[in-house]
Amino acid sequence: MGPTTFLIFTSVLKIVAIVFLVILPMVSYAVYAERRVSALIQDRLGPNRVGPAGLLQPIADAAKFLLKEDLTPAHVNKFYYWLAPCLVMVPAITTIAVVPFGSTLFGVPMVIADINVGVLFVFAIASLGVYGIVIAGWASNSKYPFLGGVRSSSQMISYELSLGLAVIPIFLLTANLRLTEVVQYQIDHGWMIAPFAGDWLNPVKWLLAIPLWISFIVFAIAIFAETNRLPFDLPEAETELVGGYHTEYSSMKFALFFLGEYAAMITGSAIIVTLFLGGWHFPGIPDGSHGWIFGLINIAVFFAKVAALLFVFIWVRFTLPRFRYDQLMRLGWVFFFEIALVNIFLMAGIISLSNA
Amino acid sequence: MALAVPRPKLSWSERLYLPAIVSGMAITFKHFRNMLLGRTKVTVQYPEQKLDAQMPDYYRGAPALVRDEDGRVRCVACQLCEFICPPRAIKIEPGEIPSSDRFAKVEKFPREFDIDMIRCIFCGMCEEVCPEQAIFLRKDYAITGLTRAEMVHNKEKLLEIGGVMHGVVLKWNEKK
Repeated sequence: MGPTTFLIFTSVLKIVAIVFLVILPMVSYAVYAERRVSALIQDRLGPNRVGPAGLLQPIADAAKFLLKEDLTPAHVNKFYYWLAPCLVMVPAITTIAVVPFGSTLFGVPMVIADINVGVLFVFAIASLGVYGIVIAGWASNSKYPFLGGVRSSSQMISYELSLGLAVIPIFLLTANLRLTEVVQYQIDHGWMIAPFAGDWLNPVKWLLAIPLWISFIVFAIAIFAETNRLPFDLPEAETELVGGYHTEYSSMKFALFFLGEYAAMITGSAIIVTLFLGGWHFPGIPDGSHGWIFGLINIAVFFAKVAALLFVFIWVRFTLPRFRYDQLMRLGWVFFFEIALVNIFLMAGIISLSNA
Repeated sequence: MALAVPRPKLSWSERLYLPAIVSGMAITFKHFRNMLLGRTKVTVQYPEQKLDAQMPDYYRGAPALVRDEDGRVRCVACQLCEFICPPRAIKIEPGEIPSSDRFAKVEKFPREFDIDMIRCIFCGMCEEVCPEQAIFLRKDYAITGLTRAEMVHNKEKLLEIGGVMHGVVLKWNEKK
């Protein structure tokens, strides 16, 4: 087997494994987790009947969605109406391609495409996600979806600014956009949220933690806004917009919007983990070059971190009420944008201080 | 004069908004943890776990006809319940008691007594209006059926639910 054939073979294997064996089951179980966790937070039990502890509920849900009547209203623009659900799902899953989800397994790096523009690719693809929602809102030819689409477009564009600016301090530090290098930097110098790890007595490292924590918080909140999760779920806003951009959708097309939201949550969490929480690294666990079992453990660590972040997503959703639209815009443009901007200079100052 | 409502002065930490978020999340996490550890017990797992024993005596379930200690159907087919019933769920067909019968002086008995349980709203007015204490709302609440006809309780069914009741209405005893 030549090196090119080997590369294609392993890439296809990784794509199939990561999408069909990890991301899609994770999406459906994120829905289940959302229902159970929200229930427990509200002193209820949640779905606990299908299978042990309700664990087969996602399968029952999927069967229900597939068997439901797929209604296309007469007043919609058919082409865009059909296109929109795909445009929501595809960018959400594509983003995972550049995220290193493990070290190596049998010498094969556990990242589908280790490209040197890394995080730029993530932002480029993630920003395509807005088209699905806008087109869904527009093609539905109905007032509530339209309002949802309009809200989502301005919200996502506003928060992409702070999203992009918030990560710049990290790349000032790592001087590399490649996500595998970012993870490697964190293994060598401590996670981005704990840059002082391993070098506990160095005051510059402690100083470094301040802008990185600001970055982390701004980035995490912007990810919430990008994935349309509460408290920023104004495009959906069940109580105001009847469900927003997917009001006119039924059956599997509705399910695709639903799954797209959760897939975006998972990729968002994966990016937060990669950039700030050390990726697949866990103190004391060696990488995959020490044996395939460690490679598997690295992958498990990565997805455990993602799952923990997903819990935070759900936890926040069932704690905070929705923002008003002007508050949302004010928060994005007046606070986070400025904070992220000033943060870059803060970081640059600290780096020049440490080099001097 | 317009009343000036004083706006609450927010402290610095309140305006920062983040401490409130953190405390809110602590509260929800406490609920989550207590539910997860089984410290909060609020949900009744219905078909396996029922609260029938804790039901109060005034519970208004399915209406039912009762027999007295002599085995006579207490109902005298006066049709007051039929007239009072707000959703008109009750249908009574009265019959005459033959003079040879021990209870001939009661004169009437219900030949048919149907309560449509699809219509019944469990208001209890039939029980309240009954001069004979013949109809009672029992604690049966799980009334199901696969057809509309099945949901109509006829006389036999109603008596089966009701059973025997020793009441205070004694005016039909032979002594009187």
